[in-house]
Amino acid sequence: MSTVTPAPETTAGPAHAKPKKQRPQLSEGAKQERRLAFWLIAPAVLVMIAVTGYPLVYAVILSLERYNLELPKDTKFIGFANYGAVLSSPYWWQSLLVTVIITVFSVGITLVLGMLLAQVLHRTVFFRGGVRTISLIPYGIVTVAAAYSWQFAWTPSQGYLSAAFNNSAPLTSQAQAIAVIVVAEIWKTTPFMGLLLLAGLSLVPDDLLRAARMDGASPWQAFTRITLPLMKPAILVALLFRTLDSFRIFDNIFILTSGNNGTASVSTLGYDNLFNALNLGIGSTIAILIFICVAIIAVVFILGFGTAAPGSDAGKR
Amino acid sequence: MATATLTGRQRAGWTTANLVVIVLALIPVAWLLSLSFKAPSAVTDPSFWPAQWTGGNYSGILTSAQFLRPLVNSIGIGLISTFVSVVLASMAAYAVARLSFPGKSVLIGLALLIAMFPLIALVTPMFTIERALGLFNTWFGLIIPYVAFGLPLGIYTLSAFFREIPWELEKAAKMDGATPFQAFTLVIAPLAAPGMVTTAILVFLACWNDFLLAISFTSTISSRTAPAAMEYFSGGSVFTTPTGPIAAAAVVITIPIIIFVLFFQRRIVAGLTSGAVKG
Repeated sequence: MSTVTPAPETTAGPAHAKPKKQRPQLSEGAKQERRLAFWLIAPAVLVMIAVTGYPLVYAVILSLERYNLELPKDTKFIGFANYGAVLSSPYWWQSLLVTVIITVFSVGITLVLGMLLAQVLHRTVFFRGGVRTISLIPYGIVTVAAAYSWQFAWTPSQGYLSAAFNNSAPLTSQAQAIAVIVVAEIWKTTPFMGLLLLAGLSLVPDDLLRAARMDGASPWQAFTRITLPLMKPAILVALLFRTLDSFRIFDNIFILTSGNNGTASVSTLGYDNLFNALNLGIGSTIAILIFICVAIIAVVFILGFGTAAPGSDAGKR
Repeated sequence: MATATLTGRQRAGWTTANLVVIVLALIPVAWLLSLSFKAPSAVTDPSFWPAQWTGGNYSGILTSAQFLRPLVNSIGIGLISTFVSVVLASMAAYAVARLSFPGKSVLIGLALLIAMFPLIALVTPMFTIERALGLFNTWFGLIIPYVAFGLPLGIYTLSAFFREIPWELEKAAKMDGATPFQAFTLVIAPLAAPGMVTTAILVFLACWNDFLLAISFTSTISSRTAPAAMEYFSGGSVFTTPTGPIAAAAVVITIPIIIFVLFFQRRIVAGLTSGAVKG
């Protein structure tokens, strides 16, 4: 286990924090340190803000305009009319529902499978490295490449999965296509979930579990009463990243169904409005709405974290 | 580990579980491999392995500019983005791990925000901005956003690694008469290198994997990356999907990942879990 660096929120105790300098007078050294720190972080901060902050502001402006690339002369400020158009459109609500369904199912199932995978990786005695290496392949593989694999597998009279299921064509019906998309997501993301949970699992002392077993706890009791509470920070971090990632789903849907048959996610809907309808106003409106959804999810999770939020290492806040 | 006392039955159980993991992880990859070696006429045969193995799909795509040029783009854009990200992230991570300055938690919060940023929200405005600046359909049009999204990952992973470095060694080396430059290059750099390699791999994989930005900000093979290019392969006719070539291309772009995973498994796992940021 010595190779796994535990997640920061679990290790970052006072031990890592450098002794705080006294506030009132800054020594010359402290001032120099600040100046150096400023120059070191400046380039990274500039790039991050230039690429996300500025476009975000620009997207807000675009979302208040009627702006279609096919009719550029018709561009004008129209207030919140785009928001009204999107929020009263059945396409938006359907894609939001599809996105939520995909997110809930893929994250929920991935959490369970990831926990099982973490247990397997944790308990394996032989061929440990090999299993880990192979389980990293779904994590590393290009999503588009994997999506093609699933698409061809489910193509009638071509794919092994379609053949195994009576030459069915699940990608042409809404519910089945969503199920295929969810399976593709689960396959791709379970290793990531499993590895994050494994890091949390390795922090659960074996002695504690053994003591519980000696006192008569069943393996299930030991798991729910000891392992799960101790892993809570790791689980929350993994869930946060997976949920936000899943909510942004694009690649798998784009390749598997192109959003046809009622399988569009909010991201594919935004893409279509931009590149097929060439409607920058509506596309930006959808982009802003997605951003708001993601912000809401993040806030809910971070409130749930409490002090275990990633990056808030106790010693420095 | 405390598993020395496994009974034979438990041992069999965990071995079976391992096999299940391996098979499930490999089946979709094996299917791509199989399709890539099927002859065009055999694509309609749904059996898992080809009856006859042929390399035609590979010789096809590896002699076609429609794939080779995007492959070069993917490698070039990925390497440049990774290099810039790791350099800038190392500077910031050094400050986070080693220096005390106000606004540190703001920086970490900003990085976290950007790691959570919905890419599609960036696509619409960036598309307009890039066309205005002449960056659309250029390498830089992809490198700039890749660097921006590689930075949060890099800052997280690297600051976790940098915190673990015993910096007192630097002081000790200086006491022993090393110049600051020697102390850095001979003592600190070798200790920091593993974290930087790990970060570079994670950032490169993220760039290599990107599809949304790659199809949004490119329009020709002069800057289109490999995952985006597969979408534009042409089949025998308008109505046939070029299954074989796509499968072969998918296998080719998976090879670097397999190599990374084989050689750097430990590092990747350490990096993923230390940063706890999705790559």
